[in-house]
Amino acid sequence: MIRVVLPAPLRAIARVEGELAFDLADPVTQRAVLDAVEARFPVLRGTLRDQVTQRRRAFVRFHACAQDLSHEPPDALLPDPVVRGEEPFLIVGAMAGG
Amino acid sequence: MAGVRVLVGTRKGAFILTADAERREWKVDGPHFPGWEIYHVAGSPADPNRLYASQSSGWFGQLIQRSDDGGATWQPVDNTFTYDGVPGTHQWYDGTPHPWEFKRVWHLEPSRTDPDTVYAGVEDAALFRTVDGGKSWHELSGLRGHGSGPQWQPGAGGMCLHTILLDPVHPGRIYIAISAAGTFRSDDGGVSWKPINKGLRSGEIPSAEAEVGHCVHRIAMHPSAPDVLYMQKHWDIMRSDDAGASWHEVSGNLPSDFGFPIAVHAHEPETIYVVPIKSDAEHYPPEGKLRVYRSRTGGNEWEALTEGLPQEDCYVNVLRDAMAVDTMDSCGIYFGTTGGQVYCSPDAGDHWQAIVRDLPAVLSVEVQTLS
Repeated sequence: MIRVVLPAPLRAIARVEGELAFDLADPVTQRAVLDAVEARFPVLRGTLRDQVTQRRRAFVRFHACAQDLSHEPPDALLPDPVVRGEEPFLIVGAMAGG
Repeated sequence: MAGVRVLVGTRKGAFILTADAERREWKVDGPHFPGWEIYHVAGSPADPNRLYASQSSGWFGQLIQRSDDGGATWQPVDNTFTYDGVPGTHQWYDGTPHPWEFKRVWHLEPSRTDPDTVYAGVEDAALFRTVDGGKSWHELSGLRGHGSGPQWQPGAGGMCLHTILLDPVHPGRIYIAISAAGTFRSDDGGVSWKPINKGLRSGEIPSAEAEVGHCVHRIAMHPSAPDVLYMQKHWDIMRSDDAGASWHEVSGNLPSDFGFPIAVHAHEPETIYVVPIKSDAEHYPPEGKLRVYRSRTGGNEWEALTEGLPQEDCYVNVLRDAMAVDTMDSCGIYFGTTGGQVYCSPDAGDHWQAIVRDLPAVLSVEVQTLS
């Protein structure tokens, strides 16, 4: 079970509270997690990554296990604690003021 | 009961202001979509309970919201704005070619007759349309594909398509305006377009009378006289009497002819309103006095409207989409400021009152007249 935490503005858009949980087959990657999030909540398409290029939006960050995974390739494996469900995959709005 | 519903988009959410026909006592509802930039909220003339809102943020991009109950509840609809074909390039600020990139929806213009049909003006400049109530959006790419596209360039606020006028008399005629490309007209429902900027003169571009490149801030028309267009350009108030084929200046005795919005009285096609701003660098009213100027002669002769507006130490701006009129017998005029005030005049500009004073910076104001 993969645990995912959305930022508060997107929880409001998706109308969910708390963590999300997904059963994902191996390999568990950033792309697989985002695909699963968007499949369950189509309204979030385009809010995390560009709909055409699939690149992460500039002010969206991916954190897990006290690491910034934002700049990892989308098909890199996520850390084992995330795969085992011990740690959540955090989707974070960057500190960008405004 | 007759009344009005004012739809306000701000930097941090949307607000819905309602009043009866007297327009003295107001109910303020919001913020809707708190924390998000709401560039525009628009209601369908064909079904006043159908509203559309452009919701965006620098973090999470663009969403479109739809309400079927006058703004009581909202549902997100499709937010895919994909340029048709290979997007190509326009000019960047430094004059180099820059790829077309979607950033946000600036303006939503619902059809006059079909609540499911809405036009969307976007940055980087292009025109999209939905015919299924927002379930899908498709570009009317004949505009961006106009041969002048590679010469278009962004204004300071981005290269935005900010104004869409649907001609109620001539079937298929649409006007749009882009900063900083100019004004364009289609006579075939948006399939093909031509620039209509003859007579504009802009000292900020290399060729002052170029076919495109002008920073048009806003255009307006009265539905009973759709061949007469009014324009607030970067500098200059302009008028066309031939559906945009030619323009002439009607700035007349204004204290400054820089500004953003322009609006037409609901019942008097020759009565128009602007809010002069000091200059392109100083985006606040001249002398710190917030004055709406009204011309009852279609331009050139202007009178200051000040009753109820701050006449000292006022340094707010009024953005291009932040002025609107209702269609009550006594025409109401509305505008919002970057200081968060929304003002209403229920008597065509003679007297003003602040409906609210402390909203986030106002990006847009629309008014629905309810029966």
